[in-house]
Amino acid sequence: MAKFNKKSGGALPQISTASLPDIVFMLLFFFMVVTVMRQNTLMIENKLPTANQLEKLEKKDLVIYIYAGKPSQRYQAQFGTEARIQLNDKFADVKDIQAFILSERETKREELIPYLTTALKVDSETNMGLISDIKQELRKIDALKINYTTREGEVSKNF
Amino acid sequence: MAKRAAPEVNAGSMADIAFLLLIFFLVTTTIETDSGISRRLPPIDDTIDPPEIRQKNIFIVLINKDDQLLVEEKLMDIKDLRVAAIEFLDNGGGVGEEACTYCQGAKDPNSSDNPDKAIISLQNDRATSYKMYISVQNELVAAYNELRNRESQRLYGQEYLLMEKNLADATWRGDKDKLKEQVDNLKAMYPQKLSEAEPKKTN
Repeated sequence: MAKFNKKSGGALPQISTASLPDIVFMLLFFFMVVTVMRQNTLMIENKLPTANQLEKLEKKDLVIYIYAGKPSQRYQAQFGTEARIQLNDKFADVKDIQAFILSERETKREELIPYLTTALKVDSETNMGLISDIKQELRKIDALKINYTTREGEVSKNF
Repeated sequence: MAKRAAPEVNAGSMADIAFLLLIFFLVTTTIETDSGISRRLPPIDDTIDPPEIRQKNIFIVLINKDDQLLVEEKLMDIKDLRVAAIEFLDNGGGVGEEACTYCQGAKDPNSSDNPDKAIISLQNDRATSYKMYISVQNELVAAYNELRNRESQRLYGQEYLLMEKNLADATWRGDKDKLKEQVDNLKAMYPQKLSEAEPKKTN
C-alpha cells in the first residue's frame, strides 16, 4: 500500500494564490466603473421614499440638487433635530434658496437655463411644511421643473 | 556582448496594490439615485378670479397631519386611491359636446364629465410626512399612466411607458415624429390636471 501513503507525512498542500490578483482586479474594475463621486458630503439623514412611477433624470449637468432632512447624528448637537435644508456642503435657510439657484444658473450656458431641473432629495420623515416652503421659493424664482428623487420600489415600503 | 535576459519583476505585491485600490473604491462608492417623480410647479400669477369649475369635476384628496387620507370626504386607504382616481377620471358622465367617446367608466352624472375637465385637487397639511405625500403623488400619477396605457394598447398596440422611454432615448431608431404625435395624443386624451393647494396649518 505504499503507493497511497505518499503524502501522508506532510502538512496540507499550499493553496495557490496566483489567481488572487485577478479576482481582486475584477472586483476593482467593477467598483471603478460603477463609482460616481459624490459631489456633496451629506450632513443630513437622507433615506429617500420609494415610488414606482419614475422618470429618469437624463442630463446630469442640468440638475440642481436640494437636500433636506434631519441633521445627521454628529451634527445634531450643533443644529438640533429639526429637518433642515442643505445646499452644496452647508446647511441653509429657506431664504438662501433663491440665491443658490441664481448662482447655479450663472454657471450654466444661457440657452440651457429653461431646461434646468431642480431635484429634491428629501428624507422620507420630513414634514411637508418645509417642502412647501422650498417649492414656494422655487416658484418665486421661476424654477418650475422639479423632480422628487425617490428610490424604485412599491409604495407600501414607505410605511 | 552577451544578451542578458531581463530579470523577472516580482508580482507578489500586485495583489496588495489592487486591494488598496479596491478598498478605496469600495469606500467612496455611493450608488446614486437619479430618478423620481417629475412635476411642474405652477407659475405665480395674480389672476383674481379663477375659472369656474363645477364641483363634480373636482376630485379632492386631503392628507391630514397624521397621514390619513380623505378622498371626496371619505376616509380611504392609500392602496384604494389608484382605483378611485381611475374611476373618477374615466367616468365620462358628460352629455352632448362634453361626452367622452373613449371612456369606459360608469358614466355617473355626479362624477366627472370627461378626462379633460376632471381635476384632481391635492391638499396637505404642513405636518404631513413627505413619504405619505410621495406615496399619494405616486398613486395619482399611476392612475394617469394606467389610463394612458390602456388607450395606447388599444390605439397603437404598445405600452405607454415604453413609448415615452423611446421618445426620450436618443439612440432609438424609429419614426420619432410619429411617436411624438402618438404620445401627445395620449396625453391630450388624459391630461394630467393635478392641482396642489398651498398647505394649511392646523394644530
